[in-house]
Amino acid sequence: MTKYIIRRIIWSIPVLLALLLAVFLLMRAIPGGPFDFAGEKSLPAATRRNLERKYGLDKPLATQFINYLGSIVLHGDLGPTFRQPGRTVNDIVGESFPISAQLGLMAIGLALIIGIPAGIIAALNHNTWADYLASFLAILGVSIPALVLGPILVWLFSLKLHWLPVALWGAKPPFILGFIAIPTKTFLEHAALPVIALGTSLAASIARLTRASLLQVVREDYIRTARAKGLRDRVVIIRHALKNGLIPVVTVLGPMFAGVVTGTVVIEAIFALPGMGKYFVQSIGNRDYPLIMGVTLIYAVLLVFSNLLVDITYAWLDPRIRYS
Amino acid sequence: MTVIQEAASRRIARAEELRKPRSPWADAFRQLLQNRLATAAGVFIVLLVLVAIFAPFVAPFPYDKTAFGKGYASPGQYGFILGTDYLGRDLLSRVIYGARVSLSVAFVAAAVSLTVGITYGTISGYAGGQVDNIMMRIVDFLYGLPVLIVVILMQVYFKAVSRHEGVTGLMAWLSSIDQSLGGLFFVFIALGLFNWIGMARIARGQVLSYKEHEFVQAARAVGVTTPRIIWRHLLPNIIGPCIVSETLAMPGYILTEAFLSYIGLGANPPTPSWGIMINEGYKGLRSYPHVILVPAVALSLTVLAFNFLGDGLRDALDPRLRE
Repeated sequence: MTKYIIRRIIWSIPVLLALLLAVFLLMRAIPGGPFDFAGEKSLPAATRRNLERKYGLDKPLATQFINYLGSIVLHGDLGPTFRQPGRTVNDIVGESFPISAQLGLMAIGLALIIGIPAGIIAALNHNTWADYLASFLAILGVSIPALVLGPILVWLFSLKLHWLPVALWGAKPPFILGFIAIPTKTFLEHAALPVIALGTSLAASIARLTRASLLQVVREDYIRTARAKGLRDRVVIIRHALKNGLIPVVTVLGPMFAGVVTGTVVIEAIFALPGMGKYFVQSIGNRDYPLIMGVTLIYAVLLVFSNLLVDITYAWLDPRIRYS
Repeated sequence: MTVIQEAASRRIARAEELRKPRSPWADAFRQLLQNRLATAAGVFIVLLVLVAIFAPFVAPFPYDKTAFGKGYASPGQYGFILGTDYLGRDLLSRVIYGARVSLSVAFVAAAVSLTVGITYGTISGYAGGQVDNIMMRIVDFLYGLPVLIVVILMQVYFKAVSRHEGVTGLMAWLSSIDQSLGGLFFVFIALGLFNWIGMARIARGQVLSYKEHEFVQAARAVGVTTPRIIWRHLLPNIIGPCIVSETLAMPGYILTEAFLSYIGLGANPPTPSWGIMINEGYKGLRSYPHVILVPAVALSLTVLAFNFLGDGLRDALDPRLRE
């Protein structure tokens, strides 16, 4: 098991490196630099050269990349931002990442709390109205994108009913342990709509998967054995069937986590939340190289390690994988 | 008397029908037709494709025709069936042309993913050994990339290059194609570059499980050439699961395009992508909710239809799931 984990961690390093290099080259390949503002605001050539020298943009590309990597690995320093004087990328990521994390984690929590029980209920009542209703709602939930659900929720609960705020986030740093917000009334009110908008499709796909997988598992011989022993239905499902039935759910948690991470970009755009997604889109437009690369790196590390975590959980649940 | 005769003739007809040799495809199609939701979804998609193809004849106005002073018209006002957007452009016409954007992205991305993925997966699975090992390591590597992030970055690059004047050579040529397709060409490229990976894995898995079957060995024993074995014996068997998973992936392509256009990295205005329309409608949400409702309903219904069809296809093509 340890060997498997080490192998997987080592394997993720080239992925991260390649991604960083690709982002680096792609950003530099875009015509125009961060300091040549067009039109009236354009800088004198000498000023621009000075700025470029200050940020090391006059050095060869290879040197720039190695310096950048070096400062990340040695000091955990993601560099200065080009467009927000006096603030570093670390500052911005440190402020915005917790908000994205809160949003994403709450959405995943909501999805698991609703999705798994809904899937179990549907599977237990296979081919009854409860199953049909759950399945229909689930496919509806999968099909309505956050891009549509977000505005609908805002229109209904904020603009028509005036129950919840239209936008913005209800908590500011510092957070407990760096990312846990105190669940005040303001926080919950602001979080409700974005979390529902992000969590609904996740809940729906978890429900679908749980149902399908449970239906397959309950046909297995060992379930029949458990029933034949005279165990109650509830015990058979919870103690015997769920254990195997949830394996596929664990395996999609990886891709699902990727969906949450990118989903926060959409939700943050809709609800004007000061999370990392906002800075990602903004920095791309501004050609703020260090900020783009910093945010990309954080996203990539998150996704690579969530995949790793899922693979490890999977290998732990299903011993056959470890030895292949 | 007549009732009995009728019943008897019906039974004979049924028996004859059962005796007729049926291909697995016809079988699957019959199965699909029994699933009412999937059939309805299929009909909806076909209609949508027709509407998209014949958009100039179906749409009452050109998608970019503005009516000055008639912005944010309600449905029915000034003769605009679904109203107008902030520039006074007819929403019905725009949503119809928007179907072109969404569907072309869905089908082009699916076609690329199917061809590249199946070719790659089949070669890898059939060759086996070291070739398979190397090809799958490449896939594993690509699989680890956060696709949407990479797609966003690529779109940024493409957009910047296509807006820059001094670009020459290959990129200039690609940009001109992109311009003529309303900014969609680069969306095709970005989606096509990454979405074959999952398909390659599925195809390889299928090939691995089929290539040891007796019918493949028999074909090899009588001297059938490798390309022919793959084409005639393996492909018909593996194509089913591939099509199912591709159909279920198509909503993802549609949503990716809508999202990219929403944040300004997809179709170029005034090309009416549903994502752009949602973005524009969101700005007037408080006073004019119908403007966002039109593209939102279109997007949701289309994604829903692909999901229903995909589910139905899976049930129809996978006999193990039948009860």
